[in-house]
Amino acid sequence: MSRPSTRHSATLIAGCVTAGLIALLALVSLLWVPYAPDDTSGGRLAGPGGGHLLGTDKLGRDLFTQLMTGSRIAFEAGLGSVLIAAAIGITLGVLAAFTRGWLDDTLAALLDILIAFPTLLLAMLVVAARSATLASAVLAIGLAQSAVVGRLVRILVKRVLAQDYITAARTSGTSWPRIVAGHVLPNIWPTLVVNLALQFGLAILAEAGLSYLGLGAPPPNASWGRMLQEAQATFTTAPAGALAPGILLVMLVIGVNLIADGLRDTLDPAARGRR
Amino acid sequence: MARYILRRLAFLLVSLALASVVLFVLLRLLPGDPANALTSVGAAPEQIAAARHSIGSDRPLPEQFAHWIGQLASGDLGTSFISSLPVGPEVGARLRVTVPLTLAAFVLAVLIAVPAGFLAAYKRRTWYGALLNGVSQLGIAVPVFWLGMVLIAVFALNGGWLPAGGFPQDGWAEPAEAMRSLVLPVATIALVMSASLIRYVRSATLDVLGSDYLRTARALGSSFGRAMWRHGLRNAAVPVISILGIELASTLLGAVVVESVYALPGLGSLLATGIAQHDYPVIQGVLFVSTLAVLLIGFAADILQRIIDPRLRGRLSGGAR
Repeated sequence: MSRPSTRHSATLIAGCVTAGLIALLALVSLLWVPYAPDDTSGGRLAGPGGGHLLGTDKLGRDLFTQLMTGSRIAFEAGLGSVLIAAAIGITLGVLAAFTRGWLDDTLAALLDILIAFPTLLLAMLVVAARSATLASAVLAIGLAQSAVVGRLVRILVKRVLAQDYITAARTSGTSWPRIVAGHVLPNIWPTLVVNLALQFGLAILAEAGLSYLGLGAPPPNASWGRMLQEAQATFTTAPAGALAPGILLVMLVIGVNLIADGLRDTLDPAARGRR
Repeated sequence: MARYILRRLAFLLVSLALASVVLFVLLRLLPGDPANALTSVGAAPEQIAAARHSIGSDRPLPEQFAHWIGQLASGDLGTSFISSLPVGPEVGARLRVTVPLTLAAFVLAVLIAVPAGFLAAYKRRTWYGALLNGVSQLGIAVPVFWLGMVLIAVFALNGGWLPAGGFPQDGWAEPAEAMRSLVLPVATIALVMSASLIRYVRSATLDVLGSDYLRTARALGSSFGRAMWRHGLRNAAVPVISILGIELASTLLGAVVVESVYALPGLGSLLATGIAQHDYPVIQGVLFVSTLAVLLIGFAADILQRIIDPRLRGRLSGGAR
């Protein structure tokens, strides 16, 4: 089966190129942007060209500059949320997997209820309780996603714990912390990494949704979601502002999803061809 | 089965009780005093105290909680701090927009995703199988509000065929207008939802196509169609129903964004206003009703799964996988 493996590495490469382009944009924005984010000297809703690659928004700010800052915010949102989700989710999932009886049932039921609550709604509550900043949004999304990660980890760990080599390790006197570090985590990480990559994409979409509702990072460091919200009224007269952030957003999420698919095929050959 | 339904019902009630405690506590963590919304800036401390007393926010939390639960038990969702109107009828009015929106989008998404997902699996080696798979990959990456914006630009602003947003003042008293204003929102949700559903249907179908029981049925002389109908459908339905339950619930609550894009007076916009105004009874009412709906959908999905797959009956919640 040499053909599938080349096709799958192609998936991984396509994903890396797509997401990498936007990562590059984000990295460059740390060092240099064409205009200051709050520079309104460009004239309102100028078309592409004339010193502004993609034109300006309704306040005269350079669109390309905002797109670059937006890409940085997207990465911050994705990474931050996934880190929080992984930290809480893995801890909860491992703990739940080691308990038995009603405590396990209760934890599992709690995670199920949390999952049934959409990320966005939970995020709206957290953001409303704190204030509309990127940190609030990231915290909220990370918390909501930790339930999904927690449930997955619980199932994966339970599956590993049922294996004979765990019984063998126990009978030979290995301590639980060593079993978790030595046997459990190495066995679950391929599936976990793929899921975290998918969560990264979902976190970016959720942050964009929150920003669209005005609950994300405040201007002038606007995220793509806020840019889209601001450009909605002028979609037909100045389409660049309403299209470009959306296209980058879709590109980044597709790129990350392709990376997840590619990783799944590379790390977990049993799942090859599924999904 | 009857025993299972009773156990699952008990689980539903416990979840509901738990969720209402969480809801109540979480809301009290919101900063800002709702009494501020009732008094003018720079009001005298006595006025603020009077406002607090009038809405009961000066009483201890357990007492407030008991009061709220008592109200709920008698079917009363409380009274808005801001408008002084009862929350129940307001939620009811908003549901007349949100429920048809959600259900229509859900049905449309299933009608798109089930055949498309089956084809994407069954014909995965043909160009249109691959295309279907690619389109669903694209679909799950598209933010729902952006799709809404694009659909508005194409079908409302450029074409002028459909309204760009809003809902008739008289609601369903103008059925034609009301339905026209829901066409784009329904399409928006259904498209995004079917993209992720296609992937689940495709994956479930692939599992069935590669299964031993299907091969056995074929070897025993069943036609492909008959084997799929008798064995495949039932097996593929189990994981899909569990996903459908979650999708339906998240669409109901996630309608916030779509209602915002299309300026629809639904449950989502009521919640957004409630949060902005620290109107506890409104937030509590909306979230309680939607939590109840989410839990009931989960209940129905679990029962349905166990009717289809008796092997699951020993397990309390959740489906295969």
